Amino acid sequence: MASHLLLLVLFAFFVSLVFAVLAKDTAAEQLRYGGLLFIGFVLTALVLGWLMFPFPV
Amino acid sequence: MRATAAEETQSGAVVLLCAAAWAVPGLGHLWLGRRSKGLIFLVVIPLMFVLGLALKGRISPFDFSDPFVGLTALGQVGVGVAYVITRAVGYTLGDVTAVTYEYGNAFLIVAGLLNMLVVIDVFDITMGRK
Repeated sequence: MASHLLLLVLFAFFVSLVFAVLAKDTAAEQLRYGGLLFIGFVLTALVLGWLMFPFPV
Repeated sequence: MRATAAEETQSGAVVLLCAAAWAVPGLGHLWLGRRSKGLIFLVVIPLMFVLGLALKGRISPFDFSDPFVGLTALGQVGVGVAYVITRAVGYTLGDVTAVTYEYGNAFLIVAGLLNMLVVIDVFDITMGRK
């Protein structure tokens, strides 16, 4: 359970799921909104991670 | 102007619903007949909290001499009865040396914050805004 990427993905999945279920009422809307949120969370984390790569401290 | 008996009953029911929604994530939605939403909250939010504990996160005390600790506790208490039980049994310290410590804290805090959003949603539904 020490994989940072796995934990990041898991965290993004849970938060996206709750946000989507709260914000939308139909399953199709929830799937679309939750998917977008999930991809957004993961991509943002990966991009920020790479941007921080040259500045380790 | 004094509230009528019906209004008082209704506001009492709203408070009870919100308290139930806070205590057990998803219970408010289940009570209101929104079964699928309630079941998802009932599974996901406690699961996040348990994962936070499994990842060696810390249950923070209400100690505002260190504002971050106090604010962390405010976030965590949002998860409801699970927070109270965890504190009651003393499973609170976490393990600051664990590599997953910060992830655990993130899961614990965000589980509480998400449940606060769920409570607000229950309030909005009972007020007829959704």
